[in-house]
Amino acid sequence: MAVLLLAEVNDGELALDATAKAVAAAKSLGDVTALCVGATAAAAAEAAAKIDGVSKVLCAEDAGLGHRLAEATAALIVSLAGDYEHIVAPATTDAKNILPRVAALLDVMVLTDVSGVVDGATFERPIYAGNAIQTVKSSDATKVISFRTSTFDAAGEQAAAPVETISATENPGLSEWVEDKVAASDRPELTSAGVVVSGGRGVGSEENFAMIEALADKLGAAVGASRAAVDSGFAPNDWQVGQTGKVVAPELYIAIGISGAIQHLAGMKDSKVIVAINKDEEAPIFQVADFGLVADLFDAVPELTEKLG
Amino acid sequence: MKVLVPVKRVIDYNVKVRVKADGSGVDLANVKMSMNPFDEIAVEEAIRLKEAGKADEIVAVSIGVKQSQETLRTALAMGADRAILVVAADDVHTDIEPLAVAKILAKIVEEEQPGLVLCGKQAIDNDMNATGQMVSALLGWSQATFASKLDIEGDAATVTREVDGGLQTIKVKMPAIVTVDLRLNEPRYASLPNIMKAKKKPMDEKTAADYGVDVSPRLEVVKTSEPAERAAGIKVGSVDELVAKLKEAGAV
Repeated sequence: MAVLLLAEVNDGELALDATAKAVAAAKSLGDVTALCVGATAAAAAEAAAKIDGVSKVLCAEDAGLGHRLAEATAALIVSLAGDYEHIVAPATTDAKNILPRVAALLDVMVLTDVSGVVDGATFERPIYAGNAIQTVKSSDATKVISFRTSTFDAAGEQAAAPVETISATENPGLSEWVEDKVAASDRPELTSAGVVVSGGRGVGSEENFAMIEALADKLGAAVGASRAAVDSGFAPNDWQVGQTGKVVAPELYIAIGISGAIQHLAGMKDSKVIVAINKDEEAPIFQVADFGLVADLFDAVPELTEKLG
Repeated sequence: MKVLVPVKRVIDYNVKVRVKADGSGVDLANVKMSMNPFDEIAVEEAIRLKEAGKADEIVAVSIGVKQSQETLRTALAMGADRAILVVAADDVHTDIEPLAVAKILAKIVEEEQPGLVLCGKQAIDNDMNATGQMVSALLGWSQATFASKLDIEGDAATVTREVDGGLQTIKVKMPAIVTVDLRLNEPRYASLPNIMKAKKKPMDEKTAADYGVDVSPRLEVVKTSEPAERAAGIKVGSVDELVAKLKEAGAV
């Protein structure tokens, strides 16, 4: 019973929170071997070795594995698959890109966004934007799984496990990287932040989002947005919280000018404390909010920013 | 270039989902069904490629119950040229798994030889986000998932992808599988004359057996349950009261 876990590595750096949460989810399934891949991955491998529950780290460094292109990474995982009963990863966009490809190459189904482990073959996952939870039992020899990180607590630290260097498989050369547009930010990462402040259509413009950001900065929070706000161009796509964006479960989630469409609720309703500020008292967001304030956000948000901290 | 667009018939995104009392699944009897919204975006993109002179034929495919022909008619009314219906289930509650769907699509690709397969990144019923990647794997093609921009020049496609950190642009060799994200385009509505015309467009009807694909599920649904309800909270009257409550709850 062994687990191969694809660690989340971005530009040579380990995304510790996402990876440690996936390790916590996978621990009960067997001995966890973490796989770190990239053009550079040695530092990520050292970091992954210290996640409690990791018994070994495999590190593959190759230019063809850079920029997280699906074809090369999937080919490498498939070449290692014979030794493992479970192949898992945190449910990031990278894993969602790579794992179904791995599963199809192994002729098995994939289990995406798994939110609960019942036993080695049985898992819970949300369907219909989180409006139902399905428990499914896999009959496949290899289970390929992405874990929804928001439902698992990150594994702690341990004395470093051994790191073994492995070679990449031949790059199929089907795709090449052109560029990344990643917004540089000092704010915490959305999916691991303790506090998230999100704005919706009610914020009204990209300029007005500065108000949301000011409150977030006061609280040391990450900034999120509803799909409506992203579609309207008020906020970048990587801020989107919801069924098709990021799923978050912070200690405190403040929803500002967000009506609370089902697909947004799917991305934040597991937050510990939810605050909603909206001028429409009928807005569905109030049905999930612990504290609701019916007010004009242009008055309430600056006042809140001033009075907090 | 021929473009293949798989489309799925799913519960309409405006319909409130009800879990059946016996826990066997979600109730889909007498519920409004529509084309999966991501697939509409894929159909729209294919039509725009045709309008730009980069595609010459659009073939829509749907795999599922016989009623999926309605979804195909929608694709035809939007502008697809012809359709292939693959009947693989009798009961609307039977969801054909992405692996089986991908195997059937791979066979259709071998027959039809499209230069591009455009699909939605996920279906809003099972939220699997897998079919496009699986088709790509089975064919050994390149894949570009979660596309928010697509540009085809010669034998390569430049695709901007929505990823966790922001946007990534990659260049993939054609033929390719591209799965589309929300912000690629805004799908058009079919006009009444086009809905009428769509009724005359060709639709082939096949079965999963015609392609020699076993659609029996690998995942047995043990049960389907309602998510844990969140208890309704309270309304506060002012920012001061909100701050006091948050401090009381230890949230700030």
